[in-house]
Amino acid sequence: MTATTDRYVDTTLPAVAGVSPPHLIAFLVMTAALVAAPFFVYPVFLMKALCFALFACAFNLLIGYVGLLSFGHAVFLGSAGYGAAHSAKVWGFPPELAILFGTAAATALGAVIGALAIRSKGIYFANITLAFAQMVYFFSLQAAFTGGEDGIQSVPRGTLLGMLNLTDTLTLYFVVLAIFLIGFLLIFRAIHSPFGQVLKAIRENEPRAISLGYRAERYKLLAFVLSATFAGLAGATKALVFQLASLTDVHWTMSGEVVLMTLLGGLGTVFGPVVGAFIVVTLENYLAQLGAWVTVVQGVIFVVCVLTFRRGVMGELGNFLRKSL
Amino acid sequence: MTILGVPTQALFGQLLIGLINGAFYALLSLGLSVIFGLLNIINFTHGAQYMMGAFTAYFLLHWAGLGYWWSLLLAPIAVAITGVVLERTTLKRLYQLDHLYGLLLTFGFALIIQGLFRNQYGSSGLPYAMPAELAGGRNLGFMFLPNYRAWVIVFSLAVCLATWYVIERTRLGSYLRAATENPALVQAFGINVPRMITLTYGFGVGLAALAGVLAAPIYQVNPLMGADLIIVVFAVVVIGGLGSIMGSIVTGFGLGVVEGFTKVFYPEASNTVIFVIMAVVLLLRPAGLFGRAS
Repeated sequence: MTATTDRYVDTTLPAVAGVSPPHLIAFLVMTAALVAAPFFVYPVFLMKALCFALFACAFNLLIGYVGLLSFGHAVFLGSAGYGAAHSAKVWGFPPELAILFGTAAATALGAVIGALAIRSKGIYFANITLAFAQMVYFFSLQAAFTGGEDGIQSVPRGTLLGMLNLTDTLTLYFVVLAIFLIGFLLIFRAIHSPFGQVLKAIRENEPRAISLGYRAERYKLLAFVLSATFAGLAGATKALVFQLASLTDVHWTMSGEVVLMTLLGGLGTVFGPVVGAFIVVTLENYLAQLGAWVTVVQGVIFVVCVLTFRRGVMGELGNFLRKSL
Repeated sequence: MTILGVPTQALFGQLLIGLINGAFYALLSLGLSVIFGLLNIINFTHGAQYMMGAFTAYFLLHWAGLGYWWSLLLAPIAVAITGVVLERTTLKRLYQLDHLYGLLLTFGFALIIQGLFRNQYGSSGLPYAMPAELAGGRNLGFMFLPNYRAWVIVFSLAVCLATWYVIERTRLGSYLRAATENPALVQAFGINVPRMITLTYGFGVGLAALAGVLAAPIYQVNPLMGADLIIVVFAVVVIGGLGSIMGSIVTGFGLGVVEGFTKVFYPEASNTVIFVIMAVVLLLRPAGLFGRAS
């Protein structure tokens, strides 16, 4: 009896507080690389990649662990950007409050859209989130405070907690890195908590999870709101970095981009979205002068990923190393 | 003469525009519904295929000298053939997987097609002349009705109803509906289901291309003409109920009209009204107005 059950027990090195050694090593490598990176690579480019990496991690929380594909996640990125930019520029909020305010706006929007969308599944869910995103896009286009086509420009970066002057690029970089790491670790914690286990149970077999007494809708809604919140955190930070909140961040093409990053990096992997975001942002950086070819390349990546590379970079790597990354 | 403080001229004008948009919504959501019914995928390439229909009409005119009427016949067939190739080579490999992969694949194709056309033809539109037979219009007393617009409404309504008839009232349609319910059983009866799936996809794509040809003289031929339209059509499909044929037709025309009237009475909301209706429908009837609860 024990001999058969033993096969299902993880016999690799003992995990510390739910963190397995491969995760820990990968995390340390990632952090070390990101701390060293601004001394070799243009920091603004890195900050852009970090914001998108957090955005993709937030998106992955939903698709990878609940199995819900939101095709309107740009809404949370964009609305938080507007919130942070408006509060910093018009109301004179310091950066920490502006980021909090922007994130809270995304959370509130996530609660409303989530409550409506969570009742549906699969393709319907993708469709409905996309439609709501388009609605918010048109609202942003017309509302006065968003500045319409111009967006909110020259947003002040300010002084964080009255101590750190964010107009200094390197200081800003390490603040952005800290925000990214906090977000990343919180998402990691959520995935590996009992809450995350219930989410996976719902993904695998919802009726069974319900029959075990879990209120699936509540868990799904909470996951949606969490995902919206972290997407918002990424958007609010991005608005301060680029001193700009614009329509690009609410448009459906942005929702498509985050899907692309996550798919390329590896759906449902911990580090995949980060890798995917860095690849896509780098690619766009090099292809920027080629205009519409960026769209073509993105489309080709989608097609190739779906047809032959469904596990993504980190999924394939994990499969090769026989470790979950 | 005014109704609720709005000149009747403006009211009927917007009603007409609403019906035209409704005709496109109906044709596009009908194609999406037919495809979804059998293939269980949301065809994100639909907007790009609508655009390809308009461009094919433009190419036929400028390269082969074939006019509007030939385009109306040939462009849908040509685009349908590209759809069939797409289904045979790529989509059919995804039927065993989660349906979301179909959505992602067709989204990728939409990006590729729209990107390629934009590289070649830019973002500004190309003009496409109205057929001479339908130029001009007639005065109905209360409004001026351009002939071409009347033709678009009548013709798309006829195509929609013919599609409905074929699917709901003929033997071929009964195979199709049966295969939607249980493809394995239908295959066991000796019907070639994979071929039927391929042809259904081709037909749905052809409908999108037909809408593109009809739209070419009204809107300009533009690489991005389908990009934003398709999202509105997704909302229309959610409101009508995914997979319902009559639902697509009725909600397509109905929402076009509602949108038209919104432009008269509260222009600020005209872009968002369909999405608001979608939210309300989702609250009251999650399966859509004409959909069956799953």
